[in-house]
Amino acid sequence: MQHDIPASPHRTISKAELFFGFLKIGLLGFGGVAPWARHIIVEERRWLSDREFAEILGIGQVLPGPNTINAAVIIGDRNQGIVGVLLCLLGQMAMPLVIVAGLAMVYDRVAAMPEVEAALIGAAAASAGLVLGTALKMIRNIRPTLLAYAIGAAGFAAIGLLRWPLVPVVLVLVPTAIAATWWERRR
Amino acid sequence: MTGVLAELARTFALLSLVSIGGVNALLPEIHRQVVDIHGWMTDAAFASAFAMANAAPGPNVIFVSLIGWQVAGLSGLLVATFALLIPSSALAYFAGRILTRWSRHPAVSVLRDALIPVALGMMLASGLSMMRTVDRDVVTVLISFAATAFVYVTRRNPLWALGSGAIVNVAALHVF
Repeated sequence: MQHDIPASPHRTISKAELFFGFLKIGLLGFGGVAPWARHIIVEERRWLSDREFAEILGIGQVLPGPNTINAAVIIGDRNQGIVGVLLCLLGQMAMPLVIVAGLAMVYDRVAAMPEVEAALIGAAAASAGLVLGTALKMIRNIRPTLLAYAIGAAGFAAIGLLRWPLVPVVLVLVPTAIAATWWERRR
Repeated sequence: MTGVLAELARTFALLSLVSIGGVNALLPEIHRQVVDIHGWMTDAAFASAFAMANAAPGPNVIFVSLIGWQVAGLSGLLVATFALLIPSSALAYFAGRILTRWSRHPAVSVLRDALIPVALGMMLASGLSMMRTVDRDVVTVLISFAATAFVYVTRRNPLWALGSGAIVNVAALHVF
């Protein structure tokens, strides 16, 4: 079984690699970009380890804005500065924008066909599984401490099971997680 | 026309700054702004734009791009997209710089360790909420779980799971 895949020792990722990497992430990113971002960044290109990817995604999650867009900003800046940021954002957005504009032109004619609807729903059901499976795999590879399990479970229960609104949950969970992690370190 | 563009820019730039959790978390507020306050779209057009954005790949942001497109064409698409992306990305840029510069500081390392489980918990929650939105029968639930297992045990391209999900669900349409 594969466990935490080591990222290649820290090298600077070139502008072209960043652009085409994120172009692929955007193009493949059906039903949520995060699983695809992980597949390409951690498994395919090995820019980051699972832990580094989760750190950046975690930062992207608690800032305003989509988590994978924020992650693209941080990864772009770390490797190629502001130009890298623009390339990563352009890469991630370009193809989806073209595709969605094309879809908008044909949607009304096509969506009425039951086969098309069933195919879209089947793919969407699979992409929900994709998100779940990716999260479980990251948990397996990162091997969190007991405390980290508790923090993650609390967040999952509040948002996923109880469906509490995100902003207040984040405002309570993040300071609690920071305080608990700090306390655990001090012991 | 310029009035509409300015209004699009203002609306989505403000939303950008409060969009913790991305566009899906903002959905009720976007609906309120676009349908109720500005009357840019009808309820039905809003729902079908959402379905379309979900059928396309890419970040959920493209739902907002699509709203811009339907309100004011190509310039609307560009204005809405940039208005939503620039404020939050600028914030991420500076936050990322600060965290990188102080990466050896113990407080930053505590922060990063604390955010990892938060991100993982939220990702699990978002998978579950996607399942709740999309899965409407036994077949779709099974597709979701099969895809979960596929990603968990293999490193193959997840597109296999999506393609199989689509085919299985179309086949189910003809079997049942």
